[in-house]
Amino acid sequence: MSDVTQMPDLLPALPEIFLALSAMVLLMVGVFGGNRVSPLVNGMAMGLIAATALFVLPFGAQQGETFNGAFILDGYAYYLKLLILIGSFFAIAMSWAYAKSQAFDKFEYPVLILLATVGMMLMVSANDMIALYLGLELQSFALYVITSINRDSVRSTESGLKYFVLGSLSSGMLLYGMSLVYGFSGQVGFPQIAEHLAHSGASLGLIIGLVFMLAGIAFKISAVPFHMWTPDVYEGAPTPVTAFLAAAPKVAAMGMLIRVVIDAFQPVTSDWQQVIVFVAIASMALGAFAAIGQTNIKRLMAYSSIGHMGYALVGLAAGNEIGVQGVLFYMTAYLAMTLGVFACILAMRRKEGMVEEIDELAGLSRTNPMMAILLAILMWSLAGIPPFIGFFAKWYVFSAAVEAGLYPLAIIGVVLSVVGAYYYLRIIKVMYFDEPKEAFEKMPVELRVVLGLSSVFVIFFWLMPGIFVEGTLAAAGALF
Amino acid sequence: MIDWPILSTVTFLPLVGVLFILLVPGDDEGGKLNIRRVALVTTVFTFAVSLFLWGWFDYNNPGFQFVEDSDWLGGAISYRMGVDGISILFVVLSAFLMPFCILASWESVQKRVKEYMIAFLVLETLMIGVFCAQDLLVFYVFFEAGLIPMFLIIGVWGGARRVYASYKFFLYTLLGSVLMLIAIMAMYWDAGTTNIAVLLEHDFPAGMQTWLWIAFFASFAVKMPMWPVHTWLPDAHVEAPTAGSVILAGILLKLGGYGFLRFSLPMFPIASDMFAPMVFTLSVVAIIYTSLVALAQQDIKKLIAYSSVAHMGYVTMGLFTMNEQGLQGGIFQMLSHGIVSGALFLCVGVIYDRMHTREISAYGGLVTRMPKYAVAFLIFTMANVGLPGTSGFVGEILTLMGAYQANSWVALFATTGVILSAAYALFLYRRVVFGPLEKESLKGMLDLNLREKVILVPMIVLTIFFGFYPMAIMDVTQGAVDNLIQNYQAALDAAGQIQHAAAPAH
Repeated sequence: MSDVTQMPDLLPALPEIFLALSAMVLLMVGVFGGNRVSPLVNGMAMGLIAATALFVLPFGAQQGETFNGAFILDGYAYYLKLLILIGSFFAIAMSWAYAKSQAFDKFEYPVLILLATVGMMLMVSANDMIALYLGLELQSFALYVITSINRDSVRSTESGLKYFVLGSLSSGMLLYGMSLVYGFSGQVGFPQIAEHLAHSGASLGLIIGLVFMLAGIAFKISAVPFHMWTPDVYEGAPTPVTAFLAAAPKVAAMGMLIRVVIDAFQPVTSDWQQVIVFVAIASMALGAFAAIGQTNIKRLMAYSSIGHMGYALVGLAAGNEIGVQGVLFYMTAYLAMTLGVFACILAMRRKEGMVEEIDELAGLSRTNPMMAILLAILMWSLAGIPPFIGFFAKWYVFSAAVEAGLYPLAIIGVVLSVVGAYYYLRIIKVMYFDEPKEAFEKMPVELRVVLGLSSVFVIFFWLMPGIFVEGTLAAAGALF
Repeated sequence: MIDWPILSTVTFLPLVGVLFILLVPGDDEGGKLNIRRVALVTTVFTFAVSLFLWGWFDYNNPGFQFVEDSDWLGGAISYRMGVDGISILFVVLSAFLMPFCILASWESVQKRVKEYMIAFLVLETLMIGVFCAQDLLVFYVFFEAGLIPMFLIIGVWGGARRVYASYKFFLYTLLGSVLMLIAIMAMYWDAGTTNIAVLLEHDFPAGMQTWLWIAFFASFAVKMPMWPVHTWLPDAHVEAPTAGSVILAGILLKLGGYGFLRFSLPMFPIASDMFAPMVFTLSVVAIIYTSLVALAQQDIKKLIAYSSVAHMGYVTMGLFTMNEQGLQGGIFQMLSHGIVSGALFLCVGVIYDRMHTREISAYGGLVTRMPKYAVAFLIFTMANVGLPGTSGFVGEILTLMGAYQANSWVALFATTGVILSAAYALFLYRRVVFGPLEKESLKGMLDLNLREKVILVPMIVLTIFFGFYPMAIMDVTQGAVDNLIQNYQAALDAAGQIQHAAAPAH
């Protein structure tokens, strides 16, 4: 029993502490400087995130547990934190041009992203239910606010409110599930819950608690049937916010889900496995079919991300190390592809303002051939066509499912990916086969950089896949 | 033997051409010409390298040659390349047809030349890669990635219903291949590797073989295409530009047959034996039904497309007989059809470039204005019918002989296809080339120009050469085919013994 008055070891949590303090300092800079310093705050936020990813996490932080086992930094958390920081960094970068043209230069935006990032990093490091809830709520509250950050826009506030109401409901479910789990096991720590399950088996109350927890987390990764908020929020939120929402928080929530089911509920794998299988199939199916009729590209990406969460869950359904590796790999690929696609969406700007209809991309291959080919490649990658990274991501999750003997799941999944290919092809068709419309404004430099980096990763992954394959394998190995 | 990775060279050489094309500023006429020249030089050079490959190939070695192996996805999945007697000729065929595709598009493609040539060169890399791959996942990557350039070629440079045709092509073939992907995963976990050479030795459990066979069949039957999943082909052919049709008929269709030869037959012998009657039935239906459908066509390209389906019926029939004549005939038929159908589409392209219609009724009496064209078209029509002395005959007679040994009813029904093919091909030829030259628009038609002669003459030479001396091809394939038959029989015998041994226990 450790002494509660003793100062805990802070080194494992150093990146979070560093980022949280940074956010507060930036908030002060913003408050006293007013909106004219928001470019400065933006730049500083990016610098601090980069510093965390490049220095604090690799050199300052120490792997291990702290806060009486509530917080853990292992290879798994490490890998996901890097992904989260990358996602947040580029989300801020991509807001620059938009901020200038759309009167969006609020200094709160980068500060809130920093806070959300801290929350996400806590989520993937949480080793008990309390820490998990704290991280999740910190992230969620920051997200509720930045979704409705355009106070004068009805769409933005509506989506913020919708997100808040439904998000609170899901948090409530999660909390309810946690209280049941605690009540029936007497434990809050994940390893202790697993130990309890291994010794005394799963009581009915515990299983009900588990299902409620899964429901709450499924909301955060927008898996069917808890996906209803996604299309509306994606469409209503300012586009840079959507870009952020679609990338890093998904990675964090997926990371949290994996840790919960593997670390805490490993002994009852067959119980949560069936839930995950159902959710995966439902998400893939809805993502594939509902996206077909969409005309707004942000809405389309919402359904696409629902579908992709379904594919990622296919790997988790396998419930073994290869499966977790598959999910981690999938989320890496998903992050890269999503950032690239949103860089393109943010570049859909004419003199009159931003456009979001898919038809506006017509003939892009002639007005902007570079953006067209890269967006087309991203679409093929999202559809899972080789040799792009999306294919390898699907390979890893589906082969894990096959290895675990989940043949029906794998077959349903790949068939649905063909349905999904239809709407990705539609975007390519609009860009390549249709007659051109008026050209977009020149693509801002930072969007080019984001698009370029993500495309290089997506296109040339096959040249040197080794480091990512081994990296994800090592990260997954930390859980087992 | 040489250490230099020649297979990777021949595979990725076209991508070097792509790099050069990207550097050429290509908006004006001069730029377009430069792009075409770069593409032509690249493809000719690739063909030359593929000929060296053939020259260095050791006929007496039935296994994989020029093997390359380097780490790729970690663990058991590596980047492995290698060719054997079955695949090497397809590499040469792919490289051979490509310069003609570039030449055929020299004048007919005027819009977006840069993208067009890039698409073709990328497609060449992917097609050659499919035949060179000696790792199942590498094979799949090349196999499926080929959909991307072909989708664009049909969709951007195609005819009126190009969007429909390109979607149908893409989604149809994708649906088939994802099922194969699941099978590949299952094989990976069962055998612990995706090395094709090892998988060929691996004995998959009989029950598993059935499912794996079905999954591979889903992919290859669509690609082949076999009746009743052939419906994407006529649409794709009609809408694709001439060179696209050539590649589609000449090489992409061969991927299905190659897949049967490389995977289904040697890796799942028990299942292949079990499903052979089904394949025979589908092949015979394809031969008779699509030949009848071809008779009714009003569109030249559609007619040739249906005739392709019928000819692929001979190939599947020959391959699944699993005797020497059938297999050799099936392989020969694929290679011969690659040249002949490619040439037929090029012939259609010649008159399409002049008249911009593919309706049979828009033509007639071309022989008076275009005698040279009439001769070339006649030779390829005859080769398509299977006239002795052309390469088409050898493949048909061998597959029919093979089928006769396996099941004489199959041979009986399939032989009616020979008559039907003569009917539709001669019918087409008469309506397009013979008859009075009545239509005003046709009276100004010019005969073949130098570029078109350069395209058609080598094809004529090869068609007749292989018709008289088929051993040029069969010597190459002999070793691999014998090996395949031996292993197949051994696997069946072993399975039969297990069954016999198990029987008394009941």
